[in-house]
Amino acid sequence: MTARKSERLLNLLITLLVSRTYVSKDRIRAVIEPYREAGDDAFEKMFERDKEELRSLGIPVEVGYVDRAFEDEPGYRVERSAFELPDIDLDPQEAAVIGLAARVWQHAGLAHATSDALVKLKAAGVSVDRAALDIVQPQLSAEEPAFEPLWDATRTRTPVRFRYRTSTGADVATRHLQPWGVVCYRGRWYVVGHDTDRAEPRVFRLSRVQGDVATDGRPGSFEVPAGTDLRAVTRALAPAPADRTADVLVRRGAGHGLRRHAEPPEQRHGSVRDGDRDDVPDGWERLAVRYASTDGLVDEVLGYGAEVVVVAPPEVRDRVLARLRESAQSGVTA
Amino acid sequence: MSGARDQVARLLALVPYIQARREVSLDQAAADFGVRPAQIVKDLNVLWFCGLPGLGMGDLIDVDMDALEGDGVIRVSNADYLSRPLRLDSSEASALVVALRALREGAGDDVRPIVDRTLNKLEAAAGDGAALAARVDIRLPEGGDVVGGLRQSLERAVSERRQVRLDYYVATRDESTERVVDPVRVVTADGHAYLDAWCHVAEDQRLFRLDRVSSATVLDTPVEQHDGLAPRDLADGIFSPSPDDLLATLALGPAARWVAEYFPCEEVDEEPGGGLRVRLRVADPVWLVRLMLRLGGAARLLDPPELGERVRAVAAAALEGYQRAGDG
Repeated sequence: MTARKSERLLNLLITLLVSRTYVSKDRIRAVIEPYREAGDDAFEKMFERDKEELRSLGIPVEVGYVDRAFEDEPGYRVERSAFELPDIDLDPQEAAVIGLAARVWQHAGLAHATSDALVKLKAAGVSVDRAALDIVQPQLSAEEPAFEPLWDATRTRTPVRFRYRTSTGADVATRHLQPWGVVCYRGRWYVVGHDTDRAEPRVFRLSRVQGDVATDGRPGSFEVPAGTDLRAVTRALAPAPADRTADVLVRRGAGHGLRRHAEPPEQRHGSVRDGDRDDVPDGWERLAVRYASTDGLVDEVLGYGAEVVVVAPPEVRDRVLARLRESAQSGVTA
Repeated sequence: MSGARDQVARLLALVPYIQARREVSLDQAAADFGVRPAQIVKDLNVLWFCGLPGLGMGDLIDVDMDALEGDGVIRVSNADYLSRPLRLDSSEASALVVALRALREGAGDDVRPIVDRTLNKLEAAAGDGAALAARVDIRLPEGGDVVGGLRQSLERAVSERRQVRLDYYVATRDESTERVVDPVRVVTADGHAYLDAWCHVAEDQRLFRLDRVSSATVLDTPVEQHDGLAPRDLADGIFSPSPDDLLATLALGPAARWVAEYFPCEEVDEEPGGGLRVRLRVADPVWLVRLMLRLGGAARLLDPPELGERVRAVAAAALEGYQRAGDG
């Protein structure tokens, strides 16, 4: 049955594609055998379904009037310029780039879409030889279940709603969003958009979306504000530059991770007041550690347990001390 | 039926594909379309009954069946009106353009202009279909050129099957170590690039995070053979807990809920007050002690109790260090 239906769909497409004018339904029925042989009702049903099936493949089936003067009889056509992939002339290196791009997505749905695109480009005469280029190949994965619905909602400009958990607590609330775009940062996906509950742009992390993403309006029912710069909206996601310095004591032979972003002690000697040097106990070294955020440095220092002592700044030192006291007292298991 | 829809989609590419090349071997076509040769033959049989509207037999598409059955070669004629494939739809165009942009992020100065040219041509051909791509922003993890260059030399070692000497920082143990490895592949997962390799120190397969490699030297010595060595399956992420690992139980306060998001837990239960109770496998007790110190009062280690004791002892020792050094 598949073959018969494929024939019918393809013949319908060819009929609409080769005609310069709109083709009336009667004419379509007359030239395509299975339509001709079907009863009136069966033909109507079949034709409606076939037309939609062609459209679902991305074929632009247009409706118009066979005779413009009378506007009485509707007809159909497929405009060649809207149907065909325009010329794309790629040199071997560019074709190789396309071939590599087809392997970037590790997400099933998107990998499928890229390989479909690749097949079309091959059909347009592009020959893909990946070996023509020596290039680092990144991979994009998206394990978050919310990824595909939000990607599609962004693509079709469809408002959505979903349950979302905040970063700090257990609060789960329903959020309503006009998704403007999706952002991948450090391997994690975010959706950026207009939060209609809060009436301002917001960023949501996909891994915190709970349950299903539901559509909350019609496709194309909002516009992305002109000049929206996703990078600017999501700049908050990027780590601040490590432009602060902490004064830290590290046990000799320990703290290798911390040393990776610390100035060697000898470079610091010039700037250390004479009195300070006497404070370094035997078996310890003094380091100037570059850092970006207080919380980040506190977490890092705590991981070294008794191997690292923060001298300054006080806000880092105090927080480390507070948390160490909590850990020293935490205790009695429930 | 989706069978016919998929078949028509394939035929709309197959007919121009063959015409652009005059003739193609059946095997090549099957490979390019990612289907079995038998499927291509079925597709071609559909074409027999397709053609210009009307009743004349001469207007049907002609498939050279002798060439197909005799030599496994496909030739198609009388199908000039299907000489170009269908446009890229918006999901195809945006998936491909975003992939190209990811490639661009990871490319060096020599390759980036090629990727840019390709992007321009593809966006021009895709038209509105590529509109979504403007609304997707990809920043690759630790995108520095350092990791990129390192990655390139490690990939070379993989393809040339040569050993590599790594200077590697082990975060869980806070050690810098030198080791010789037999590379298997370079792979990105959970937002980081890794070298999957056989490690001659551990005498086992290990993953090395590229941003923790201080230096890598590709050696002249070839890799050794190891029985059963295959690329690690990363479908479940980087952490692959082993049943031999220690099983720990943690009570996480609301501020420590992220732990359940970052590390694979065997069990996660909601607790009253917004906390969680989780059970997770821990390969290295040192790692757990360091995690607990980070969390401070935001979490409690319920089991095993002796590790809880160790956390308290380390915290007490650290506090002593502050008393010694602080009030100078």
